[in-house]
Amino acid sequence: MLNIALPKGRLGEKVYTMFEKAGFECPSIKENNRKLIFENTELGIRYFWVKPSDVSIYVEHGAADIGVAGKDILLEYAPDVYELLDLDIGKCRMAVAGKKDFRNPSQRPLRVATKFANIAKNYYKSIGRDIDIIHLNGSIEIAPILGLSDVIVDIVETGTTLKENNLEVMETIVPISARLIANKASFKFKTKQIERILESMREQLKEQKK
Amino acid sequence: MNFGDAVFENEEKAIFNLRKLYTEYGFSKYKMSKFEEYDFYVRNKDFLVSDNIITFTDSDGKLMALKPDVTMSIIKSSKDIKGFVQKVYYNENVYRTSGDTGQVKEIMQVGLECIGDIDDYSIAEVVLLAAKSLECIDKDYVLDISHMGIIAESLAQSGLSDAGRNEVMNAFGEKNVHAIVDVCQKEGIKEEKTALLCELSRLSGVPSQVIPKLKELSVSDGFSAAVSQLEDVSEMLKTNGCEGCTRIDFSVANNMKYYSGVAFKGFINGIPGGVLSGGQYDKLMKKLDRSAGAIGFAVYLDMLHWIEKASSDFDVDVLLIYDQGAEVLEVGNAVKELSRNGKSVMVQREIPKKLRYRQLIKLEKGKVNILENNA
Repeated sequence: MLNIALPKGRLGEKVYTMFEKAGFECPSIKENNRKLIFENTELGIRYFWVKPSDVSIYVEHGAADIGVAGKDILLEYAPDVYELLDLDIGKCRMAVAGKKDFRNPSQRPLRVATKFANIAKNYYKSIGRDIDIIHLNGSIEIAPILGLSDVIVDIVETGTTLKENNLEVMETIVPISARLIANKASFKFKTKQIERILESMREQLKEQKK
Repeated sequence: MNFGDAVFENEEKAIFNLRKLYTEYGFSKYKMSKFEEYDFYVRNKDFLVSDNIITFTDSDGKLMALKPDVTMSIIKSSKDIKGFVQKVYYNENVYRTSGDTGQVKEIMQVGLECIGDIDDYSIAEVVLLAAKSLECIDKDYVLDISHMGIIAESLAQSGLSDAGRNEVMNAFGEKNVHAIVDVCQKEGIKEEKTALLCELSRLSGVPSQVIPKLKELSVSDGFSAAVSQLEDVSEMLKTNGCEGCTRIDFSVANNMKYYSGVAFKGFINGIPGGVLSGGQYDKLMKKLDRSAGAIGFAVYLDMLHWIEKASSDFDVDVLLIYDQGAEVLEVGNAVKELSRNGKSVMVQREIPKKLRYRQLIKLEKGKVNILENNA
């Protein structure tokens, strides 16, 4: 049985379609109910919906053989998994944003509010800037407005939320998209199935780009 | 005394089998202290699996460390003698902090080290013992083998910057072909050089299929010499019936600061991570001012709890309950009699909840009465 962890939400639904096209369909997943686990015993496949940020945990610990996770999560938590394919969907960027009239306070550490402490730490280390991290779990955009931080490091998709809060992107740290990941041990023992999926997804991406 | 298989946990069984295997190949047991001076590790921190070393101050005011690694201690005590290879195995606890939670963990490791004037035979023997170690634990295993020389030569010819090479090394470990392409594009690397790196990252298969492809890909004498060494190792594995479970796979990309030649990692079906890791670490030897070469590996026994032991339907063969008035000797004799055929006997005054027993026996007025038979 191949276990696949999908991120709950729109991205997960898009990703499932790719698996379906690869020949790993599981019709029950489209039923409108609150179930989280779906099986197609004929094909030897089991899907489950998990919180997007948890996909890499399920895969790293072998509860899922493969899964789809955002590059932001992979950079932040650095799970010990194979990153097999950039699926080129769920595209956005990790960026530094601040108030439009922001001036860099060179005489003290920069206060950075973020959910992604490791990404922020690594970025500012690479440019040699001393920072204080303020770890927040949501509504990051209000931190600079209320004076809690100088800037934020967060995911920016369209930039609308930033604009509406009078903030702007100052620097792009890294582009983000969804990635197909695999548990390292599962890849050794379920190679054929995983490579079949991988190959089909590569083909689908080529088709899309044509 | 004969012990049935059921008596041993997976870890205990593995320790006995591995000790037997290593002794058969002339390795001798190495015992060491639980502590080392902190300073000894701090200069080569990158070699250690975990960054955080657990330290304490001893009565002389010296900063000591609970041993996070065995290899470095063994190197310290070995001697460089021309033509001689020191072959030792160990069964030790190491102390590390878990990356996710920061919790302190005591991990039991079994492993071996081959230090000294090592040659192609010593290398092939150690890789063979790695494969046989996995086989001892479970027949359904995979040993991934790569060669740092091949990766180093391919990176050298690519023209990537040091930062770029580090990124590509990480990408090798993740089988992340798209990251290799990104890094090479960013640094303006020619397409054919990028293609070689991508091809190496994708390669994975039994040695007889992969080695001919590697010969075609060779870009330098160093590359070809490394392929020839992999070929020797593969022949050794094939002769000993292990080829089917080995793969040449360059996702085993150890730290180039310490490792130089063959590197390998072992997996067992049902365990979510690697259970064995090793390689040739001549560069670490040099850093520790040693002229000899070295190769070794460790088996992480703490991972074996993932393999479910064939679970019995019963917790105990016989549950013996007795009246309050029963004599101690009466109960003792009944246990002696019932356990004579190797049966397990649990004595209780009352039947414990959730206990699964094959037979329920009650000792009443010096006589044993069978109340229940479940098998």
